[in-house]
Amino acid sequence: MNNWIKQRPQWLLLACLIVVSPLASAGPAIQQWQTSNGARVYFVAAPELPMVDLRIVFDAAGAHDGKLPGLALLTNGLLEEGAGKLSANQIADRFAAVGANFGASSHRDMSVISLRSLTQPELLDSAVATLTSVVTQPTFPQKALDRERNRLLIALQSKKQSPDALTDEAFFHAAYGNHPYANDASGTEATVKRIKRQDLLKHYKQYYVGKNAIVAIVGAIDRKQAEALAETIVGKLPAGQPASAIPAVSALTKPQLVKQEFPSSQTHIQVGQPVLSRNDPDYFPLYVGNYILGGGGFVSRLTAEIREKRGLSYSTFSYFAPMRQNGPFIMGLQTRNDQADEALKLLNETLKNFIDNGPTADELKAATQNITGGFALSLDSNAKIIDNIAAIGFYQLPLDYLDSYTTKVDAVTVEQISDAFKRRLQPENMVTVIVGGTVDNAAR
Amino acid sequence: MKQRNTLVALFSALLMVQPVVASEVQEYTLDNGMKVFVKEDHRAPVVASMVWYKVGSSYEQNGTTGISHVLEHMMFKGTDAHAPGEFSRIIAANGGQDNAFTSRDYTAYFQRLHKDRLPISMELESDRMRNMKVLDEEFAKEVQVVMEERRMRTDDDPEALTSEAFNAAAYVNSPYRRPIIGWMNDLENMTAADIRAWYKTWYAPNNASLVVVGDVQPEEVLALAKKYFGPLQPDTITPPKPVKEVEQRGERRIIVKAPAELPYLLMGYKTPVAKGTADEWEPYALAVLSSILDDGNSARFAKRLIRDQQIATSAGAGYSPFARLDGLFMFDGQPAKGHTIAELEKAIRGEIKLVKDELVSNDELARIKAQVIASEVYEKDSVFYQAMQIGSLETIGLNWRIGEQYADKIKQVTAEQIREVARKYLIDDHLTVAVLEPLPLDHKKPHRPMGEMLR
Repeated sequence: MNNWIKQRPQWLLLACLIVVSPLASAGPAIQQWQTSNGARVYFVAAPELPMVDLRIVFDAAGAHDGKLPGLALLTNGLLEEGAGKLSANQIADRFAAVGANFGASSHRDMSVISLRSLTQPELLDSAVATLTSVVTQPTFPQKALDRERNRLLIALQSKKQSPDALTDEAFFHAAYGNHPYANDASGTEATVKRIKRQDLLKHYKQYYVGKNAIVAIVGAIDRKQAEALAETIVGKLPAGQPASAIPAVSALTKPQLVKQEFPSSQTHIQVGQPVLSRNDPDYFPLYVGNYILGGGGFVSRLTAEIREKRGLSYSTFSYFAPMRQNGPFIMGLQTRNDQADEALKLLNETLKNFIDNGPTADELKAATQNITGGFALSLDSNAKIIDNIAAIGFYQLPLDYLDSYTTKVDAVTVEQISDAFKRRLQPENMVTVIVGGTVDNAAR
Repeated sequence: MKQRNTLVALFSALLMVQPVVASEVQEYTLDNGMKVFVKEDHRAPVVASMVWYKVGSSYEQNGTTGISHVLEHMMFKGTDAHAPGEFSRIIAANGGQDNAFTSRDYTAYFQRLHKDRLPISMELESDRMRNMKVLDEEFAKEVQVVMEERRMRTDDDPEALTSEAFNAAAYVNSPYRRPIIGWMNDLENMTAADIRAWYKTWYAPNNASLVVVGDVQPEEVLALAKKYFGPLQPDTITPPKPVKEVEQRGERRIIVKAPAELPYLLMGYKTPVAKGTADEWEPYALAVLSSILDDGNSARFAKRLIRDQQIATSAGAGYSPFARLDGLFMFDGQPAKGHTIAELEKAIRGEIKLVKDELVSNDELARIKAQVIASEVYEKDSVFYQAMQIGSLETIGLNWRIGEQYADKIKQVTAEQIREVARKYLIDDHLTVAVLEPLPLDHKKPHRPMGEMLR
């Protein structure tokens, strides 16, 4: 669970932060079947490298935390703290001894367990045996819960020293109100303190079941081996039931401004609203349109207005984060405190202009050329392929999703973008979060 | 005992893992001195193309720190043939992604593209290698962008501030004491003329390497390189003077006060780096030592400091054998609830004493080697990573083959060698310690982190 604490390496500076929009694209032959207990399996054969990637995704994340935000994350994180007769140390040693990489993470929609292993049989068999114990026989030791709870509390505390994290947190609270998406997976200090071992056991029993699981496999094995792997790892879980639906997100009905004082030299700003689910018919016009507005790295309108023309911010962006229920549209930046008003005004004007007038034909052409021309780049490694097929499985997108992706992007018109942005975004009802210092705290 | 035998058997199995049919790196030198490296990876119809320059923050002088990085930003701001921003627009319209990065020892520019578009990136890169124009008005805006970048990455991040102050304390005369992004004062006083001069000093084909990895044929890449980069004129490049950090004579300790919720500890011991000769085993033993202490959940820090003693909420150890100049064996961490920085430091020092006193076990050593052997395969999943490895090794003055030999070197490290490097290098007199002391965040009148950065 070391991943809660992120150390940012300072040794490498990029010319621009690339905001990775949820881009997928065409391609690999996906085979799909179910295990005996109803887990849906998605498999892509990748024979070139002697390795295999496995990902098990449960619909068991923060969105189902109910009154105990943080529960799904702790449950997921504690899987490797003890399983069957194995201690946390033994589990870690067994993965390491065969060079396997184990990972667990939990977000708002997905709780994920992942494994990367070499395919040489003795090594893979050992890694899979350990993984199977972790998935099917976790023991959730009380001592481990106490310790990981303390570590999570520290992680929550460390967010309070990051203006960026505070901005993000305030945005979701304001935009989602009472909806479960309001909290991120790590919950709050109050709820994390209340979580008991019994809650973990109950969460695990209800959600870590066959019918609530997706298994994605990419690697140098054949279909038969992939079937056996999936059956071994999740086949012994009870079939159970799929998780109940996450409630729909209410549309915002009035503007909200959240201002938070923070002793930083920059002010961080986010503006947006809940808008898009993963299976939404407007996905393509909004996605392509956003590339033009603020998704296209160096070449977006926001970057042109705020960074290139005026030098106001290092990173300015907009994105849609489609989720099971309506995920947010967010645009944002960070700038020296005394420039915050000017930058916020530009952010809003750029959006309004885009909604009112839509993109130009040239902009659309450049956008589709980038997305379709760069299509191969989003599938050029096993790691990227498994990202894509796990999402296809989890959100039940069609199996030809990747094959038809570029065609759908190419079909998007200026009118469709204009229409979708007008219908789906309401600048008059957006949440605006401003976290930063006062002007006299700025550098000059 | 049974567990042990199983581990040994599994390790033997790992040793039999054949290196992936590694396509060899093809190496060429153009007539103007530019180096070209090509590696085939035909899994997807893509290519990663990079141009690496031998210049970075360790080439800089006081007063103009951060200039390599500002220059990197300006490289997107136009040439005689292309207007500011056009580089990225052309790459994007061709389905590509482009960016650049600056480090202590190098500056590199990259494009990720469909393989058919490789000529476009070569044309643009060769143009800006010799024909960049630094327009005054573009510079004035871009240096502001870099200052915003510095505020975001460093000034408003208490751990980054601590790390910056740590480097300035640990190194006396090594240029590694200076931040890559530069001191704010130097950014504020930088001029377009400074950038032009720095560009003229370092940007020439004989100070650059082209690295291409992907679905390509080496001979075709060479032909393209000759076409686009071949006509560029070489220049006189004066390599930086050799700088050797003066010997440290006694432990150094600093405190950094900044608005924060949590304290943070950084410790670093002076260590050598790989020089590229065949029999220098010490850097590899140091690398294994760092993995013994901190390489995932089976390493000592995770087991003992985090899970068992619960002194640390996070604890890390890090060492890289590959840099132009000597560096540091680093430790960092945050104490667990109810523990202090002093207790954490004591616990880390306890672990250091242990590796000096006792040999690491065979199982531990086997696990580290297993992970390195496996990583060698996993790394091949990323075209970009493969190009990074070749480019960085070559640009710091080593050789791409060092990367290919890495796992073999690690396999040869013994428990005795690990103890020996621990005893030789992890010594108090060569240690620097920095502690972040949190100032309250919650008052109305905000604090000014590190006053001297503010004008």
